[in-house]
Amino acid sequence: MSAQTLFEKVWNSHLVRPQTPDTPAVLYIDLHLVHEVTSPQAFTVLRERGLKVRRPDRTIGTMDHSTPTTPRGLDGLIPVTDVQAAAQLDVMTKNCQDFGIPLYKLGTENQGIVHVIGPEQGFTQPGMTIVCGDSHTSTHGAFGALAFGIGTSEVAHVLATQTLLQNQPQTMEVRVNGSLHSGVTAKDIILAIIAKIGVGGGTGYVLEYTGSAIRALSMEGRMTICNMSIEGGARAGMIAPDETTFQYVAGKPYAPKGADWDAAVANWRTLPTDEGATYDTLVELNADDLVPMITYGTNPGMGMKITDLVPDPDKLTDYSAKVALDKALTYMGLQPNQSLLGKKVDVVFIGSCTNSRIGDLREAAKFIEGRKVADGVRVMVVPGSQRVKAQAEAEGLDRIFREAGAEWREAGCSMCIAMNGDQLAPGQYAVSTSNRNFEGRQGKGGRTFLASPLTAAATAIAGVVTDPRTV
Amino acid sequence: MEPIKAFSGSVVALPINDIDTDQIIPARYLKVTDKAGLGAAAFTDWRYNADGSPKLEFPLNQEQYKGATVLVAGHNFGCGSSREHAPWALMGTGLKAVVSTYFADIFKGNALKNGLLPIVVDEDTQKQLISLSQEDPTTQVTIDLESQTLTLPDGRAVKFPVDPFSRYCLLNGVDQLGFLLNLDDETLAYEEKYPARVNTTA
Repeated sequence: MSAQTLFEKVWNSHLVRPQTPDTPAVLYIDLHLVHEVTSPQAFTVLRERGLKVRRPDRTIGTMDHSTPTTPRGLDGLIPVTDVQAAAQLDVMTKNCQDFGIPLYKLGTENQGIVHVIGPEQGFTQPGMTIVCGDSHTSTHGAFGALAFGIGTSEVAHVLATQTLLQNQPQTMEVRVNGSLHSGVTAKDIILAIIAKIGVGGGTGYVLEYTGSAIRALSMEGRMTICNMSIEGGARAGMIAPDETTFQYVAGKPYAPKGADWDAAVANWRTLPTDEGATYDTLVELNADDLVPMITYGTNPGMGMKITDLVPDPDKLTDYSAKVALDKALTYMGLQPNQSLLGKKVDVVFIGSCTNSRIGDLREAAKFIEGRKVADGVRVMVVPGSQRVKAQAEAEGLDRIFREAGAEWREAGCSMCIAMNGDQLAPGQYAVSTSNRNFEGRQGKGGRTFLASPLTAAATAIAGVVTDPRTV
Repeated sequence: MEPIKAFSGSVVALPINDIDTDQIIPARYLKVTDKAGLGAAAFTDWRYNADGSPKLEFPLNQEQYKGATVLVAGHNFGCGSSREHAPWALMGTGLKAVVSTYFADIFKGNALKNGLLPIVVDEDTQKQLISLSQEDPTTQVTIDLESQTLTLPDGRAVKFPVDPFSRYCLLNGVDQLGFLLNLDDETLAYEEKYPARVNTTA
């Protein structure tokens, strides 16, 4: 067989039926993650057609998007005061019960953001196909899985058949060689990639991140990178599994054990892209050149080095790009050629499926320890899962955050998507470790600067946008 | 699903690049469990003032564009989230097609599954449609899925790509789930050959 890329190996080994001129490929799905927001209408389809869930044993449900992150009541439960959200959660519970799907209910031991719990439970494994009605499913590609977001119609397809119709995407190698300087993180790598290729640059592609800077990253850093592939327009991003991957997966509750483990690892070692395999296109960055990144605009492609000045629409030659930048700066209340360093912020959000894992929290806590949050700044720290929360509390990170004056919350998507009441007020500025700075994303009229947990922590202490290398 | 053949309609322009699904339907409207009524919330933050009154400068609020069934937008329409609520909301406003130079992958797939046609045209055609709509709101175009053409008022027919399977399903009013359900034997054979590596119910 000719040399294959990581993507091609996973794709080809999941073909129930290959693509033809008239029909897309039929792809088998190993793992389906389901949450409360994008699944109700899919279950309705199943009920209307009298269908069952084909493989409940390859499906898990969690509650994360519309769930509150506010403190537990005296009964130990997290109260859901939003009537509509409560109704949606009830529907999720009923759907999982009726169709036999295991559900990680709000506030229970293993509940959390769908892209945090998959890896931490060991559901996410190299070489798998993984889908979810959520665009940040690309996160799981960090393990060498082919993982991508799907719509609700497709959620119904997978529930009913465990398969999906897909046209084969093209491949893009994103090669990041060199090594990161102190204060520069995985988040800065991906923000730099998206600033380079643009918010639509990856459309039609699956990305594979390669190079020494990627290999040097922890699994959590790799997840941060793959998570934001969709912000460059790519449905999926992948990183070849290696010893770092195997070490992370080993011992997770649902990881293979004993002889199964050895067989699995032997198989996973065959996944990396073969020598001589080719990609459709290549993008290159050098990690040595990177500094902390920040976004200034209203999509994740509008990012720059934190030390740069906000770009000037008048210097753009493309008319539609100029209009877009004008519109973004008006929304953001920013002037061309201004520095964001020193810009006062109202809120700092540390959380989301991009940056809410234990490593992210450790990094932020290390920075914040012994310091105080600046007056007038609200700092929300939202762990990605109940397990992350428990681990952080065991390490005393919650104490560091609380003593500094930050809020330590229950697990969930929270202010990344702002549908649970955690949100910016109109006009407020936030430095956020999440993944989207779209207009109103973190609350109607709210203005988001995307950055790394380190930059967020430095900003929380200073009260103004701060380069973490200068503190 | 109703079969989609050819239709003519007037055009409303939103000449903005990278219109994301959070603009099409903000997340706070996703706490629903059905598809009904989302049209009222389409583009809500661009469409309404804080007091709920309509922003008159927003094209979809303007009398002359009422009844438009074709939206022409800037590049990369539908980027961001996978929410299928986006096409549901657009269709809820009466739109049948969106024209852009390219679409985000997930949005495109979602739109096609609901009968909202994502029509990819070259940049010149996109610009021409925007000017035509802005200069004369009664401008009509004809979209024919069978011949994959968008016909401009001057008679120029522009060919647009659609993947053959989606086209077949839309022309015949059949949905894609039925096709997959018919492959049960092949899926079973696959499952026998590749046993599951995780059991989420264990």
